[in-house]
Amino acid sequence: MSSRDKILSAVAASQPRLSLLPDLDILKGGEINVVEKFTEVLTAIGGKVINIARLDEVTAYIEMNTAAGQRVVNLLSDSLGMRAPQADIKDLPHTLDNIELAVLQADMGIAENGAIWLNENRLGQRVTPFICQHLVVIMDKSNIVPTMHHAYEKIGDEKYGFATFIAGPSKTADIEQSLVLGAHGSRSMTVFLRIFKQAELVKLFQNYLAKTKVAIILTLVYMSVFC
Amino acid sequence: MESGLKDHAELAAIFNKDENRVDWHDETLWWVRQKRDKMAHGLPGWEALREAASQIKDNVLSNLNEYLQQFEVNAQANGIIVHWAADAKEHNEIVLELLLKNGIRKMVKSKSMLTEECHLNEYLEQQGIDVIDSDLGERIVQLAKEPPSHIVLPCIHKKKEEIGDLFHIHLGTPAGNADPQLLTEAARQHLREVFLTRKAALTGVNFAVAETGEFVVCTNEGNADMGAHLADIHIASMGIEKIIPQRKHLGVFLRLLARSATGQPITTYSSHFVKPRDGQQMHIIIVDNGRSIQLGREDFRNSLKCIRCGACMNTCPVYRRSGGHSYHTAIAGPIGAILAPNLDMEKYADLPFASTLCGSCSNVCPVKIDIHQQLYKWRQVIVQKGYTTTAKKASMKLMAFTLSSPAAYHTGGKVGRWVLKHAPFAVNNKFNPWFKQRDMPEPPEQSFGEWYNENRKK
Repeated sequence: MSSRDKILSAVAASQPRLSLLPDLDILKGGEINVVEKFTEVLTAIGGKVINIARLDEVTAYIEMNTAAGQRVVNLLSDSLGMRAPQADIKDLPHTLDNIELAVLQADMGIAENGAIWLNENRLGQRVTPFICQHLVVIMDKSNIVPTMHHAYEKIGDEKYGFATFIAGPSKTADIEQSLVLGAHGSRSMTVFLRIFKQAELVKLFQNYLAKTKVAIILTLVYMSVFC
Repeated sequence: MESGLKDHAELAAIFNKDENRVDWHDETLWWVRQKRDKMAHGLPGWEALREAASQIKDNVLSNLNEYLQQFEVNAQANGIIVHWAADAKEHNEIVLELLLKNGIRKMVKSKSMLTEECHLNEYLEQQGIDVIDSDLGERIVQLAKEPPSHIVLPCIHKKKEEIGDLFHIHLGTPAGNADPQLLTEAARQHLREVFLTRKAALTGVNFAVAETGEFVVCTNEGNADMGAHLADIHIASMGIEKIIPQRKHLGVFLRLLARSATGQPITTYSSHFVKPRDGQQMHIIIVDNGRSIQLGREDFRNSLKCIRCGACMNTCPVYRRSGGHSYHTAIAGPIGAILAPNLDMEKYADLPFASTLCGSCSNVCPVKIDIHQQLYKWRQVIVQKGYTTTAKKASMKLMAFTLSSPAAYHTGGKVGRWVLKHAPFAVNNKFNPWFKQRDMPEPPEQSFGEWYNENRKK
């Protein structure tokens, strides 16, 4: 008999009578201010949270925190100043060892623990958020959920080959319980929380109106031809 | 690893020689326990969360055969190669074979208590394979040629000056420098080179999801990810009890694990591995090594619910004052003391006695294992099977005789009081183990029984 069959039959012979799974809905808790909580928790565990209205502010932050010649990787879908988006990294992951700063888009944050959720399709290479010296994450405020239960509800049966929660910079306290940031992963994590500024909302509304106008004109043309 | 034939009490006596260190160890672990309390008390519904986790794990144990097969099918569909190992030996041989088949002689490893249990490092080193542990605490004990003394804080028994000396010798840090920041930076530089050059990485598994065939690895340092994402081969070793039914159940355990372990809201990294990356091989070794036997022991099976947070160690008054190495097994502390006798009842017969049965371990356990009750039950099994020492057997018999005979009990009490009063040297000596760290009590003039008989009529 193979080890597999031996183990499975031993388990079958030993396992107790079937017991039921609990209902997880009662664990979600009440309403909280998710942005406030997320900011408070992530700051407490060594991360940084900055509220922004425009991506230019991220560009300015990068210019201020990196020196000329240092490698910055932009994995957003938008440009950051002169830095064009880099949708894909085809090179060996080892070549990312010299990344000073990586900028990623996160699709979800969790208020109760300050973590962000990254599907590998946001990473270029799986190793990116770990191997970079400094990690910068852009996230829409509306994507913060209260607890891990809400997070997995949102993840559902999302498809990924690899995905990870990251909460703050890498850290260790293995030497006499003294906390040191920057163990093997990134030395810092900065999350830029994005909100739509009023001007952008106005622009969105104008776009909407323009589209509606086209629709009205088309309808009138249609009517004049056929009625 | 082997500490010869010394039992917990003898090994604890060695640890206790340095009183300042014991005090530091005791206070530091208690501080970690307090951080855990702050988290637990600050989270609404903590008890409901523990109860849910406990029920999920009960369900896992009751349906493990099915879940293991479901996990295997889904993991294979994801492109992961699944191996099964009945015992430690088979596990180690599978790892070696995978390395040799791919012409690899150097491996980087992140934390895995299972590989400690299997003594994988020793085995691979004997076969000429170079293994480097990448968790900082594990790297420190590896350089010191010691086993970890705690499952979450591997070198909690070491002072920073000793670590400074080790790093000076092995990593070339300045002599006499014991600054944690500097030492950690030196380890970061040293291990980054290791991550970039190793073709094989071995990680543990915190949770394996039957429904999706994915597995989750939690670290604060990022070492598991650095190893796995840079290596050509990722080997993940897991015990059969690491299975959970569905992805959504991860929410329950990820909320509990780090809060219970170190008082953090979550570990820095909780990585979900589903498929190997392009061109990479991903292997999972599912290990039994006595777990199916423990599953069949009704009184002890729920020790398999453990998620390895270490909360029971941090709170244990015996662990805090005797140190992890006194347990002479890979997993120390209260949980280790109920797991180890399953593997070798004779060798670990002393461990269930290394407890005050105060119950603090059961109170902090995030999956509600009745640890102290199992310690008490193991004592009974071990005595019945005859694995206790002759002295313990004789004293138990004498105690049973005294407590079952009122005449012997009263005479014994009288003799005891007389000896304490008139011949204290007969008990205040090194032959009396109770006297070792304590003063004997002041003998009362009479027993309560005698006092009551005199006073009841007044």
